[in-house]
Amino acid sequence: MQVPAAFQYERASSVEQAIELLGRYGPDARVVAGGHSLLPMMKLRLAQPEALIDINGLGELASIRVDGHDLAVGAMVRHAELLASPVVGEHFPILRDAERVIADPLVRNRGTVGGSLCQADPSEDLSAAFSALRATLVTQGPAGRRTVAIREFFLGPYETALTEAELLVEIRVPIRSHASAYRKVERRVGDWAVVAAGAVLEISGGLVTEAGIGLTAAGAPRFVAERAEDFLRGGRPDDERFAEAGRLAAAECRPAADQRGPADYKRHLAGELTTRALRAAAARARGQEA
Amino acid sequence: MRITVTVNGEQHTRDVEPRLLLVHFLRDELGLTGTHWGCDTSNCGVCTVWLDGTPVKSCTVLAVMADGHEVRTVEGLAHGAELDPVQQGFIACHGLQCGFCTPGMMMTARWLLDHDADPSEEDVREAISGQMCRCTGYENIVRAIRWAAGHGGARGTADAGTEPAPGREEVRA
Repeated sequence: MQVPAAFQYERASSVEQAIELLGRYGPDARVVAGGHSLLPMMKLRLAQPEALIDINGLGELASIRVDGHDLAVGAMVRHAELLASPVVGEHFPILRDAERVIADPLVRNRGTVGGSLCQADPSEDLSAAFSALRATLVTQGPAGRRTVAIREFFLGPYETALTEAELLVEIRVPIRSHASAYRKVERRVGDWAVVAAGAVLEISGGLVTEAGIGLTAAGAPRFVAERAEDFLRGGRPDDERFAEAGRLAAAECRPAADQRGPADYKRHLAGELTTRALRAAAARARGQEA
Repeated sequence: MRITVTVNGEQHTRDVEPRLLLVHFLRDELGLTGTHWGCDTSNCGVCTVWLDGTPVKSCTVLAVMADGHEVRTVEGLAHGAELDPVQQGFIACHGLQCGFCTPGMMMTARWLLDHDADPSEEDVREAISGQMCRCTGYENIVRAIRWAAGHGGARGTADAGTEPAPGREEVRA
């Protein structure tokens, strides 16, 4: 039987109280939301927090809203809710694509968007998807709220820019006229990615005006392929350039060999999936199904 | 820590350790062993129960997280002496072999039919994609769920028909 080591359990009734509890317990406390990353790690003793601060009761963090020109996703929004959201489906197909292949429907019923990002697992899909979208993360700590660009949020595997007693409260993405897609290869349904790639394209006057490329499980610095993005900007959105962007993305990543495959295979996938995600995004920009 | 959980409409109060998992709370504290305990890693889905009306894997939920909330288990599926159409479907279509995955499969099926009166085969397969049948009896599980949809199952009530499923002479229920 896998059972976590003993811990103190505290249930937060407000964001302020969660922060206060995090401050009181110090660095050995962890926030628990859906618990679908943390609890399995605790069972295996890969994580052994002395205290868990449960934020499942914080309804204030559980909404998906359009706020001005931004999509605002509360940290406690469950994966299933993000997947089912009409506004997400309409404006951010990259998120819908990613959510469809995150674990399985039951895990998605419980796991949260904020929890996925804060876990900073190199194989987690939303980190790359939101990085491709250049999301802004709103955090709250004892000193109040601040915003962190998502590309400055991930410091390394399982490591984020959250400071002690700081909580991720919201993920914001500007609603713009862009097209996007996410493509993943997995060993079996519901598994972690062998590699996955997300692409976001803004196209104006027949040229790419902005590009975002996120890579999952590929060892890409901060989940993105910046050189490929730079290459795409200002050029035509055609297959030849998408293939070159894929080559650049593959060169940029540093995949690690593991039970999901050797590094060369993953590097190949990173390039190919980048190209495919770009093609799918461009097709959507033309109003085609992809 | 003292918690009160409503399970199948009945309130239960117990003192538990915070690290107790919901699946063990149901099985060991309440004696509701219909919910099975399998992989312990949120992969297999045999421990699926409803938490506040949504199916979740109870091996990855702490019992203390269910404090003040409602849980529904396979024991709460039947309507008195009458089996739920989903249960009847599993009988009619031979939806189980060893039966280990069956409670979790049926809880997901019940939820699916509450939200989709006539799910396609693809919809059913997607819904149960987080659950494993080690007998590999998926074909009949899918048939069982779709049978239930066609026999009053969509309404979540007990008025299932008695029309035999393909290849079966009668429905025992």
